[in-house]
Amino acid sequence: MSNKPVESLEDVARSVYKDLVEAKIPKVNLSTRTKSNIVFDDDSRVWKYGDQLSTRSAKTSDGAYMLLRTIYTIEFIKEMLATNKSSTLREMYYISEGWDFAKFHEQQESDRLVEDLEVITRQLREDFKLRPEENGASIIGNLTVEEEVRRGGKRRINCKDDVGDAGYTIPTNVEKDKLRLVDADGDFIIALETGGMFDRLVENGFDESSRAILVHLKGQPARSTRRMIKRINSELGLPVVVFTDGDPWSFRIYASVAYGAIKTAHISEYLATPDARFLGITPSDIVNYNLPTDKLTDQDVKALNTELTDPRFGNEFWKGEIKLQLELGKKSEQQALAKYGLDYVTETYLPEKLSSLGMGG
Amino acid sequence: MASTIAEELAEKQREISVAEFFERNRHILGFDTLSRALVTSVKEAVDNSLDACEEASILPDINIGIDRISKNEYRITAEDNGPGIVKEQIPKVFGQLLYGSRFHTVRQSRGQQGIGISGVVMYSQLTTGRPARILSKIGPDRPAHLYDLIIDTKKNRPEILREEIVSWDKGTGTRLEVVAMGKYVREKRQSVLEYLRSTAMINPHAQIEFREPDGTVITFKRASDRVPQLPIEIKPHPEGCELGTVMKMAKDTESYRLSSFLVGEFSRIGNRTAREICSKALLDEDLRPQDLSRGQAKRLLQAFGGVKIMAPPMDCLSPMGEVLIKRGVKKEIAADMVATSTRPPSVYSGNPFQVEAGVAYGGELPKEQTAKLIRFANRVPLLYQQGDCVITKAVESIDWRRYGLEQRGGEGLPVGPVVFLAHVASTNVPYTSESKEAIADVPEIRNEVELALRECGRRMQAHIKKSERLQKLKEKEEIIRKILPLIAEKTSKVLDKPIPDISPIIAKIMDSVLIDGKSDYADGFYRVKIGVTNYTLHSKTFGLYLRFPSTALIEDASPQLDESKAGLIAWKLRLGPNDSIAISLRMGNLELGDYDMVECYVDKIDPEKVMGAEIWNGEFT
Ligand SMILES: Nc1ncnc2c1ncn2[C@@H]1O[C@H](COP(=O)(O)OP(=O)(O)OP(=O)(O)O)[C@@H](O)[C@H]1O
Ligand SMILES: [Mg+2]
Repeated sequence: MSNKPVESLEDVARSVYKDLVEAKIPKVNLSTRTKSNIVFDDDSRVWKYGDQLSTRSAKTSDGAYMLLRTIYTIEFIKEMLATNKSSTLREMYYISEGWDFAKFHEQQESDRLVEDLEVITRQLREDFKLRPEENGASIIGNLTVEEEVRRGGKRRINCKDDVGDAGYTIPTNVEKDKLRLVDADGDFIIALETGGMFDRLVENGFDESSRAILVHLKGQPARSTRRMIKRINSELGLPVVVFTDGDPWSFRIYASVAYGAIKTAHISEYLATPDARFLGITPSDIVNYNLPTDKLTDQDVKALNTELTDPRFGNEFWKGEIKLQLELGKKSEQQALAKYGLDYVTETYLPEKLSSLGMGG
Repeated sequence: MASTIAEELAEKQREISVAEFFERNRHILGFDTLSRALVTSVKEAVDNSLDACEEASILPDINIGIDRISKNEYRITAEDNGPGIVKEQIPKVFGQLLYGSRFHTVRQSRGQQGIGISGVVMYSQLTTGRPARILSKIGPDRPAHLYDLIIDTKKNRPEILREEIVSWDKGTGTRLEVVAMGKYVREKRQSVLEYLRSTAMINPHAQIEFREPDGTVITFKRASDRVPQLPIEIKPHPEGCELGTVMKMAKDTESYRLSSFLVGEFSRIGNRTAREICSKALLDEDLRPQDLSRGQAKRLLQAFGGVKIMAPPMDCLSPMGEVLIKRGVKKEIAADMVATSTRPPSVYSGNPFQVEAGVAYGGELPKEQTAKLIRFANRVPLLYQQGDCVITKAVESIDWRRYGLEQRGGEGLPVGPVVFLAHVASTNVPYTSESKEAIADVPEIRNEVELALRECGRRMQAHIKKSERLQKLKEKEEIIRKILPLIAEKTSKVLDKPIPDISPIIAKIMDSVLIDGKSDYADGFYRVKIGVTNYTLHSKTFGLYLRFPSTALIEDASPQLDESKAGLIAWKLRLGPNDSIAISLRMGNLELGDYDMVECYVDKIDPEKVMGAEIWNGEFT
């Protein structure tokens, strides 16, 4: 194993130590991780962090705590790497219970600090042997992968024939040394927000009839899910469409698949699929298909307005749709299509929408 | 207004029985709901006790007990150490509506109508059929008289069921026992407990003990040994008098000449002023007041406005004063800070009035709730009809965001750990209705309430700012004392290197002398502790001053004081880099609430290099 992760962590500690020795108030700099500091990268066609830097300095109480926690976390990871262990992000959060003043008050804080360390060191948390606890989402479709199994050796799995109704579960590590994409016999990937819609398409045999590979995103998709979609897209050349509910939170799901998430913009290049297209439910669909709706809540409206200033939604398509939704004051779920019968989504809605994107049919 | 209902009542009495009248006016008299009936009964008794003690210059000791007899039946017992009531009067006071001693007085008092306590007797009799029992004694060597009585509702006369002379181990006092329908609620805004707590707050000279139906005894302790001065009677003041009033006064007067009418019937009009008014109004000084026409009365009124007339005498009012309110509030509310303000007396429609206000902030008050408002009129808490009251309107119209509180849209009751309190004292409180629960929106009163509250608000704001500064200071201390040393230790461990000396960094972060004062009160003393630490790189020599209340006696100061002068103590300190010193002392002769925050000042040192104290600019030699 290369010593790069340890080196990079020690670099952070060294810069703090240097400040201390030189009688400077210790600090670390890192890219500002807000929507005001994401820029479009023309080469990779994804949104990454820009040049803005934030300083965490021991001059303020928040900064001092953050520095102390950083050092504790570095020490913890270093020990883990030295003893060939790994841990989940949740375990690390619990381990911090013993860190006295440095302990985290909720897991969000420790997760965020690990991301900060990724940003500072330009390493991935996988390199630090930290993994999320939840499993990735599931896949059903004619895709064959080769996965390393626990007792050693490799096993081929076809995500149509070798799996149960729940489909193939995407593991937390989908890097090449763990998982190889063998081949796929299909025309496109359709990424779905809800389990209900995933099951509906499976039951209606949409994967076979339309030669589609179905990926269940399980809400805001985990890194491994996004990485998997990205790999299928770039290695096997399958186009990607995203099918979600028609509300502001779902638009963000699409944005994180296609453009990169603000929180993980340091690794957008690695996670985002710039060619992914948004299929629906668009606010126009709500009108065109006359779908059952719910009223937008105050939070929904706030989220839509935030999106209007989010550079990732800066194009004509999104500006138009978001404004339309604000005008309508309404939102719809993808399962609202059942208004027209259970087959409507696979027989009418999806074919129409796919062909409008120049796909399928 | 007080006499309106009295007159109305007297008139009606001829036609209908008092019982009927009572039934019809239950809501006005405060007996409209079961829970309110209990509050009103206690209130009428306590108001009378406080009034009587005040008149007799006695420090009130009041005992209230409520016992539950059956589901909705309660026995209410109220006992005081007041002057007592002479034998012949006892039946009338308790068994005859409209019998009172202050029908036509222009004076600030709680009771005004002569209906209060007999109303309670009436209510209990109507709801349970039980007689009232009264025990009263007017002197240590006088007998105590016991009466069981009911009201003859046809004749509005007491009907005595039992009359006895008994022994009572009490110097003087009165005790009332009634059984009435009611409902006991606890810890609600409108409850007996809340009424008594507020009463204790505004009457810190009273000691009130309260036994709840479940046996719990709550004691509201006396916090002042001074009986409030008895307000005296005055005549109407011309300023703001209304046309109708002036005309009625002119009709009723016994004076033969306008000038003597003015001098005789109004306060603050002397012969010279009377002459001036007459000439301004183009009226003959010898005019017969009874002949005053409407137009002439109008001119007279205008002339009142055009002549300089002294404000009405203020000794007709009995404000509590800032110190007493503060004590009262501090003993009942566990707040960090209490600011109070007493406005100078003022006048509306010829009636002198005076406003006092208080704001309590922080401490154990709930942070996320709407502010609580406590209203008083003539030292009586107002529990009902909050929305209609001028005090509420004044509080709600102030933009409290400017004083450091959260408030939606800058109006309405703010949110935060704060309690507002306002007291309107007047010879004639303009209530919105006979039930005496809300004060009418009179512009002069509203203005005064606002001014008083704003003044308290300014002091609260200063307190909030100061606390925020202290909070920052605490954070900095935490950084340098705990976090930074840990950062140094851990970083060295990760890199396997020696731990560097961080004192120069500490000096960089703080770069000042830190002064942190605390005080707490116990057993008649305020103990003050001041920690002083030099977090700079250089040695510092400076003067440290501590302000103290001028009445306080300073004891046990360590280190020894270098100097002490009226309200100020001084030390000369010399601290090397990283040195610290703990100063302590105690202040005697103070009551709880007499000392607020530890206020330190320094001199002969760069202000930029000090945290936790202001620079002293005054003289001290
Ligand atoms: N506890 C008491 N000790 C001494 N005198 C009392 C006591 N209670 C009542 N009195 C006398 O009885 C009178 C009648 O009391 P009551 O409560 O009926 O009327 P009030 O207090 O004058 O006016 P209000 O109707 O506004 O209460 C009082 O004015 C007072 O002189
Ligand atoms: Mg009374």
